[in-house]
Formats: sequence, structure tokens, C-alpha cells
Amino acid sequence: MTLQEIIDHLDAEAILLRHSPGQEVKHAFAADLMSDVLRLDASEIILITGLANPQVVRTAEMSDITAILFVRDKAVTAEMISLARESGVTLIRCRHSMFKTCGKLYAAGLQPVF
Amino acid sequence: MEFHYHIEGGDFSRAGSASSEVKKILKQLNVDPRVIKRVVVALYEAEVNVVAHAHEGNMTVTLDPGSIEAVVEDKGPGIADIDLAMQEGYSTASPRVREMGFGAGMGLPNIKKNCDRLDIKSVVNAGTTVKMTTFFTG
Repeated sequence: MTLQEIIDHLDAEAILLRHSPGQEVKHAFAADLMSDVLRLDASEIILITGLANPQVVRTAEMSDITAILFVRDKAVTAEMISLARESGVTLIRCRHSMFKTCGKLYAAGLQPVF
Repeated sequence: MEFHYHIEGGDFSRAGSASSEVKKILKQLNVDPRVIKRVVVALYEAEVNVVAHAHEGNMTVTLDPGSIEAVVEDKGPGIADIDLAMQEGYSTASPRVREMGFGAGMGLPNIKKNCDRLDIKSVVNAGTTVKMTTFFTG
């Protein structure tokens, strides 16, 4: 799916686009535990999370993650946006629960990392 | 080339800034992105460990044509049993560290996974030194 298709599918908000809306993302991973994210071998994925703090952005930067999708309308701070801008990570936010977000994207064809 | 970074214990807003600087340098040097990811994930885990557990620390990164060596030294409580700390799931992290998405007892095992050589020395109530080496090829 493209980032734009993900945004449209979830009626989501693009907080910061550091990639073209047409950027293809084939795989997703959902976690609130950044230690789990840091163990992934996959790169250029979308991270779906309910955790909103600067370390989520740092984790995405180190893991070469394309975009972070915050669920449940989590507050994204100016510090997080600034870090994401500097490190080239796209930030998206939707109002759905983690489970519903994952279900909708999986049904639309987004693939799991494993 | 050698680079030095200071790491402040407990300062989660800055955690990762040293690893981020190293990532920028490796990208400028056109190092293979897969190698960069391994290096910076190991560095970031080590940096978060200092922020989570120690009073302060220093990261020294030495770049050679074929390898990168990073030494992260901290002043802090030290690790009483390194073998136990290397086991997945063992953690002494505080609730605050867990709120940040860490403290699952996976940091040191993940450092080991992402570097080619790992040497950990620790003295209880003094500090810990983690030396990580990753080769760019082979």
C-alpha cells in the first residue's frame, strides 16, 4: 500500500510527511514495546503503536522505519515532530484502536513482517 | 577517525542523540545500510542502557576502513551478574524506563545480535564498560 492509501483507508491525519504520499510500504509491525521493534531485521516498514514519546521516533530512526502510525488519537508533541523531521520519519495518526487499525490494514493487503 | 559523545543518565529526551550522530557519519561515508542499521541499533540499545541505569556515561567511536569499534563506559550501579543480564527477559529497569517502551530484558541480547564482537566489563557500584565491534564486510 502507499502511504496515501493507508491514510485514506483509516481516515487518518498526516502529521508529518517526510516521504512522498505515493511511497510504497509493503510491511507493518505493531508494538508498544520498542525493544521488540529494535529486534526486527526488516526495514522500510510502517510501525503501528499506541506509545507516543520521543523514543518511539528514535527507535524508528535507528531501525530504518519509514513511518510511524499512532493509534487512538495519541498526542504527538512538537519535540517528536522535530525529531522525526530531522531523522526523515513520516508521522501519521488515526483515531482507531490498535486492533481495529491492524485489522483494517491487514484486510486491505498490508503484510506482516513475519 | 574517533568521535566522543557524552550521555546523561536519566535524560530520556536526549537518549539516542549520540547514536543518531554516528548514523549520520556512517551514511556520509556510504557504509552499507544493513551494516549501519546493525551498528546503530547496538549503539542505541547501549545508550538507552546508560540513560536507564547509570548516572552518566561516554561513548567513544573509532572508525577504521574495515570496522567500527564503539566503547560505552558509564558510572553507575554496574551489573552484578553479566551472564544473567545477557539472558532474554532479565531486567532491573524501573517503571519509568518501561513506560518509555524499554526494560523488557532484551537490550544486551540485542546488542550481542547486532555486533560481531562484544566485551562487557562491570564493577558493582562503579560502572560498566561495553565494547562493541562490527566489521563492514564479511
